[in-house]
Amino acid sequence: MAKPMALSGNFAAAYATKQINPHVVAAYPITPQTLMMEKFSEYVANGEVDTELVCVESEHSAMSACIGAAAAGGRVITSTAANGLALMFEVVYIAASLRLPITMCVMNRALSGPINIHGDHSDSMGTRDSGWIQIFNENAQEVYDTMFQAVRIGEHKDVMLPVMVNFDGFITSHKFERVDTLDDAAVRDYVGTYTPEHSLLDTEDPVTYGPLDLFDYYFEHKRQQVDAMRNALPVAREVLTSYARETGQNEYDIIEAYHLDDADVAIVALSSTAGTAKFVVDRMRAEGKKVGLLKIRLFRPFPVEAVREALAGVKQVAVLDRSDSFGAYGGPVFAEVRNALYDAESRPGIVDYIYGLGGRDINAVDIEGVYNRMLSASGRMAGDVQYLGVRGD
Amino acid sequence: MDLIEIRWHGRGGQGVVTASELFAEAAMQDGNYIQAFPEFGPERMGAPIKAFTRICPTPITIHSQVYTPNIVVVLDPTLLGSVDVTQGLGTDGILIVNTPKDAKEIATMLGYAGRLYTLDATKIALETIGRPVANTACAGALVKVSGLVSMDNMMAATKEKFREKLSEKAVLANIETIRKAYEEVSV
Repeated sequence: MAKPMALSGNFAAAYATKQINPHVVAAYPITPQTLMMEKFSEYVANGEVDTELVCVESEHSAMSACIGAAAAGGRVITSTAANGLALMFEVVYIAASLRLPITMCVMNRALSGPINIHGDHSDSMGTRDSGWIQIFNENAQEVYDTMFQAVRIGEHKDVMLPVMVNFDGFITSHKFERVDTLDDAAVRDYVGTYTPEHSLLDTEDPVTYGPLDLFDYYFEHKRQQVDAMRNALPVAREVLTSYARETGQNEYDIIEAYHLDDADVAIVALSSTAGTAKFVVDRMRAEGKKVGLLKIRLFRPFPVEAVREALAGVKQVAVLDRSDSFGAYGGPVFAEVRNALYDAESRPGIVDYIYGLGGRDINAVDIEGVYNRMLSASGRMAGDVQYLGVRGD
Repeated sequence: MDLIEIRWHGRGGQGVVTASELFAEAAMQDGNYIQAFPEFGPERMGAPIKAFTRICPTPITIHSQVYTPNIVVVLDPTLLGSVDVTQGLGTDGILIVNTPKDAKEIATMLGYAGRLYTLDATKIALETIGRPVANTACAGALVKVSGLVSMDNMMAATKEKFREKLSEKAVLANIETIRKAYEEVSV
């Protein structure tokens, strides 16, 4: 039976981690992630979990400790943000290439410089090619549920990849919301006992992790990693869509189509902004305007076909990107969505709005403005990249 | 009931964020969906700060800051000259101010034509808690003025929230503060 609790995104992640009761947690504090680890440390100090908490001296060490623990066959959870993720960059790739199902929360925060502690997606987007599964979450409830889903997806024997649970720094990490929680036994049943395919501690079946791998086999190993990521898509879809049935919690999927069926124009967004866009869609629908929203939850692997299908029939799309990709044609979400639509039977017009860098607020009026620009455009809007809510444009 | 947005004004260290959370947690006991969050910025002791509460019987999807609150609560009367506490508050809104002055005087001073209530929350807190922390008294006044949460749920939320942080005596003092403020604010 679900119990409503008032939890911030950080506390929801900490509480879920407590209920998962992983073998090892290794982390280093960084705003806006710190409160999750502070709370989890309390659970450790109170003896409420069996977890070995490793307090390290940097994020590079945090991920390295996670890699060691996961290679030894442990269920492992960590978290970081922004510059912390940047500092662990080298080992983030190694965790994925060693096929270690680590779960990592990233409380998305702008990268320096200039120094900024607030929410945008530039940190996780910088690791989008690292081989991690990436799920973006709208609110604290999604953060809570996704922690369990992440464990199931990452540990699936056809996948065996690390999973990044992304949510907006401060906006979601520090905001208290109602979270309907599961009881401990339900979580235990859902995540089950982790039986790793390989373990460094299994002396009967010894394995080697991280040896030199040159032009003789490196390419084949990378090819296998590609297959694992491909497998992650149907596995993620299965885990997410069966979650409600198994737990009694909300329905989930790799994408969320909101009033898209008969929509003329649509916004594509990740995380908390998708929530604000829903608020705007409700308001505009009440005025009879045919507007819709596509929220992308699974960003890696990118659900190309699901995105293409969801946007079929829409005449104009505006992608909202909370990070920029300097020198590229638009932000990372725009590039993916536009790429997915290339083979669509009828391609909609598509524009990109870079917004909210460094935590700049995006409100209902901003989003309504984007919808109205699409609705009032005569013909397709040109495929270009604009900036929403920045001075001097 | 539609979405209700509340903005709390005070200074760093006065329990502004706690008040925003406490009221949200009381509303959640009725099965409502809630949000409680501070204005995300540097928080310094004594500096003006804001916090927000959203309450709705259905899931709340909006995640922007609060621009047009239905209710504003001012914990510290010294903010009235320097912070625009009625910003975005319509004349159909509610304003609650902690001050020994009467509502008419504050209405004239702020030029606010909506429903305005005053109470000497600091005095109540000094009498019950022994410290000039006006947050729970203001929350008690809000219970009465807004009718958004029941007194029973406010008591339950207060006990739950302060159970680990405060002594039993201090929890009871806060509950007494809420009760007194509830009685003293005239609707």
